[in-house]
Amino acid sequence: MRFFDCNRIAFGAVIRYPLRTSMMLLATSIGVGAVLMLTALGESARGYVGQAFQTLGTNIVIVMPGRTETAGTAPGAMVGTTERDLTLDDARALLRSSAIRYIAPVIVGSSVVSQGNRERETTILGSTVDFAAIRQWTMALGEFLPNVDLDRASPVCVIGDVIRTELFGDEPPIGKWLRIGTRRCRVTGVLADQGTSIMIDVDEVVIVPVSYAQMLFDVSGLFRIIVQAIDRESMDRVRLDIIRTIKARHYGEEDITVITQDAVLRTFDGIFDTLTRALAGIAAISLIVAGVLIMNVMLVAVSQRTREVGLLKALGATHRQIVALFLTEAAFLAVLGGITGLCFGYLVIIGVSVLYPEYIFMPPVWAAVGAFMVALICGIFFGIWPARKAAALDPIMALAGRQS
Amino acid sequence: MIKLEGLCRDFQVGDQVVHALDHIDLLIRQSEYVSIMGPSGSGKSTLLNILGLLDSPSAGNYWLDDISTASMNDDELASIRQKKIGFVFQSFHLVPRMNAMENIELPMVLAGVLPADRRDKVAAALERVGLTKRADHRPDQLSGGERQRVAIARAIVMQPMILLADEPTGNLDSQSGKEIVDLMEELNNQGLTLIVVTHDPAIGNRAQRMVRMEDGRIKTDIQ
Repeated sequence: MRFFDCNRIAFGAVIRYPLRTSMMLLATSIGVGAVLMLTALGESARGYVGQAFQTLGTNIVIVMPGRTETAGTAPGAMVGTTERDLTLDDARALLRSSAIRYIAPVIVGSSVVSQGNRERETTILGSTVDFAAIRQWTMALGEFLPNVDLDRASPVCVIGDVIRTELFGDEPPIGKWLRIGTRRCRVTGVLADQGTSIMIDVDEVVIVPVSYAQMLFDVSGLFRIIVQAIDRESMDRVRLDIIRTIKARHYGEEDITVITQDAVLRTFDGIFDTLTRALAGIAAISLIVAGVLIMNVMLVAVSQRTREVGLLKALGATHRQIVALFLTEAAFLAVLGGITGLCFGYLVIIGVSVLYPEYIFMPPVWAAVGAFMVALICGIFFGIWPARKAAALDPIMALAGRQS
Repeated sequence: MIKLEGLCRDFQVGDQVVHALDHIDLLIRQSEYVSIMGPSGSGKSTLLNILGLLDSPSAGNYWLDDISTASMNDDELASIRQKKIGFVFQSFHLVPRMNAMENIELPMVLAGVLPADRRDKVAAALERVGLTKRADHRPDQLSGGERQRVAIARAIVMQPMILLADEPTGNLDSQSGKEIVDLMEELNNQGLTLIVVTHDPAIGNRAQRMVRMEDGRIKTDIQ
């Protein structure tokens, strides 16, 4: 039997039983479609987090006071480690490194802000003019913090858009006084909508100079120092420079934690990669279910076509030829199911992408190729037993329509 | 051409052994027209199955063209069936999803004959059975007589030496049945060995040689 004849006969059987074939296609395509959609979901979540990290700025190193470590408690040794505050002087000292472009000391607190008779509780962020440069913030109105020395506690502030509408309504806010706790400062600018952002809700923040925040909350220690390296290659050098500088200033004590954006991003990337693969695996189970269904359908086909098998044997078909015919039929069902599934999956994905253009919703190529291959392999694998069963039929019994 | 010697076929039915064929000796020459008759259970169908290499004897020997079939494996038997034997069944056994032409070319497809070489042979076979105009009809669009003609065309398309017919008119009205027998007799006149199993004396008596079976044995063999 020629290869194309085998395909022709098997394909003939596929199209001559349309109900059976369409049921099979449905089952397989749901499996393939599910793999595509779930992996697209995983990839989309990964992309979303990656994008959110980009809003932190590029080539960012974050310095935090204190160090997570297990302190030795041997008798006679000092228990634990002393934690020294990060100060504005520490921050200023970092600027001496040639690999550092910007530093932005940050203090975060919460306070009641009011204007006229309207007031609300909100997040107060103390920082410097460079913070906006690092985060690449744009202004809707006015200007960001003034470019002055770190120590200078100018009574000015920049507000988010929600704060503006809630406290000022339709009035122009620039130049107005805003009361923060017991102090007052003048509004110099309103932040534009920055899209997705992590750590800070840009719309509901009031930003003041860092020394003003120190005064406001009566603290000297900084919450964070955000450092931007001059380029990606110097990230490591920046990290080492920071540790060395602070250690020298803190009497040899390495009492800070330095994290780089890349390290955090890599961690998240790893988590989402695992998640995507797990989702793909779960969806692949439905492909195996589809494979079992192919086996069922082929077993039914063998019993429906028992007489036909008997005839083929009488006409001189060998064991191998009958196996080939039924296996090809199973493979056709699987391939068609795989193709339908790819079409169906991508159709849904494109539909979702059109509805929510802000999210990148695309399955990785390995998922599409893998789903198709698993569908095909399942179809063939689960087709083997029915095909062998058909080939093993006794020709006389089979001609009489009996399987045994 | 066909030589049976001490051929037995036993079936186990429960505790009992049934001797469907009991020491059959038979010689059938090229181009003979043989009818095998007998009541049901006499072993005539079993004999036909063994002659068609669909079944193998429990004991005894079967030489086809001076070759012993006893030592052949399934694939060799399939190959002999393909080349030398044509089958005509009572219930036609056409593949319902294939049209007349596709049904007829099926043995050649299994034999690996290329489509270009198949076309002429299928056309010739269709013409031989007078169904050229029905080539693209599926079995459910054909009458019983026409279906059996397609089956005969399929049986002869590989140009076999022997045509084995098992109650070929059993599912046909008498007129179509007569036409089918006429057709097979014509083929026999052209040199094809024809062996017909039937319980219908009107058909069986037309053969040049009539073998009557009873209880697994040949009772009479009239030339």
